[in-house]
Amino acid sequence: MPRVKFTSALKRFFPNLTETTVPSGNIGEVLQKLESDYPGILHYLVDDAGVLRKHVNIFIRGELIKDRQELSDRVSEQDEIMIMQALSGG
Amino acid sequence: MAVHQLLVGTSKGLVVYELTDRQVTAVQVFFTGIPVSMIFVDERNGTWWVSLAHRHWGEKLHYSTDQGKTWEVADIPSYRGYEYRPGKPASLRKIWVMQQGGTDRLNELWVGTEPGGLFYSDDYGKSFRLNEALWNHPSRLDDQQWFGTGKDYPFIHSIQVDPRDSNHIYIGISSAGVFETTDGGHHWIPRNRGLIAAYLPNETTDVGHDPHHLLLCRQQPDVLWQQNHCGIFKSIDGAQSWINVSGQSGWPVYGFALAIDDSDPNRAWVVPAESDLSRIPAGLSLQVAYTRDGGTTWHSVSQGLPERHCFDLVLRQALERKNNLIAFGTNNGNLYCSFDDGGDWITLSNNLSPVFVLACSKKA
Repeated sequence: MPRVKFTSALKRFFPNLTETTVPSGNIGEVLQKLESDYPGILHYLVDDAGVLRKHVNIFIRGELIKDRQELSDRVSEQDEIMIMQALSGG
Repeated sequence: MAVHQLLVGTSKGLVVYELTDRQVTAVQVFFTGIPVSMIFVDERNGTWWVSLAHRHWGEKLHYSTDQGKTWEVADIPSYRGYEYRPGKPASLRKIWVMQQGGTDRLNELWVGTEPGGLFYSDDYGKSFRLNEALWNHPSRLDDQQWFGTGKDYPFIHSIQVDPRDSNHIYIGISSAGVFETTDGGHHWIPRNRGLIAAYLPNETTDVGHDPHHLLLCRQQPDVLWQQNHCGIFKSIDGAQSWINVSGQSGWPVYGFALAIDDSDPNRAWVVPAESDLSRIPAGLSLQVAYTRDGGTTWHSVSQGLPERHCFDLVLRQALERKNNLIAFGTNNGNLYCSFDDGGDWITLSNNLSPVFVLACSKKA
């Protein structure tokens, strides 16, 4: 099953967050699964229009996802997904 | 012995000062490292509401019913299903202001946001819904009437509920102007007669004004004040018309912050800045301007404030007056207060990060 790794920055808000596995599908479905495991996390990652937040990046096999709007990028059984915060100053 | 609590929303957290007999007796810090973009203290029940503007994770809304001992997370207002423009989905950019409904409607809350939506809750924040009458107002879809100023989108930063009638509400929008409803938000009417929009070809336009901050005198609710982009304005007829009460000498005119006296409609305080291009204190001297005659005359009440080499700007929600305490914070992280309406200022801190918003609370 695809594995999901998280930036450690999210642990401040979700202390029990750990590397996890999810069913194959698209990124939107992956995020919905994470929401069911960690209620509230979805709105840390996407805005109220369902678009990936500007300063959040998701990588599949080390590549940035292409579709930040519909979250349609596919993930396969052997894929590793990384959910990271973008670098931004201040 | 008077005990005040001063809640300070900064770019790096919420700092709460407890002031007893003019001395700081306790300081607490919450949400360390996270920008606090809105504070609202509900006078009906003492609840503290705080909006956090996470750089990465978006807006979040928290509340505490025990003055910060514990915090709960509330659902944020959502634009899901609404479009900012045809074909362009709307999304929440920032929560700017929260306001209680009347004392006869204890579960009612109003929330002003960017990109221009007003939200309403009748279950005390368990859910919020967009006020469609305002969202669908024909002027909102006109880029020359509703537009962002300093931001990409217009935002509602002021909500004033008439204490005589909970259906009667004024809002301030940058930029669009002042709007009024008399039926609880079913219909909205622009109330900008007498204002100046010097940055538009038609400076007396109905809609397209930039009220930086709007306040209503609670004891005489037909009197409203606003610090506007183009001066200081007052209304004595429930916003049917506005009078320019900027200083006749050219000071004060420009600025963001405003405080008024809830019982005396002739008293007001502003923190003047030098023009919209430089946004620095006039003469690099941090001064508070005060009027006690409805804006006919203004004078400086600035003893104790830095007089030279000062670049501090006070943002629209960073000046607060309540229960004989007046306080303000600056974009340079300085915090001042006065217990005699500005006769003498005390420095509370020179070491905060930029101050966005202040609120006062009574210690439980």
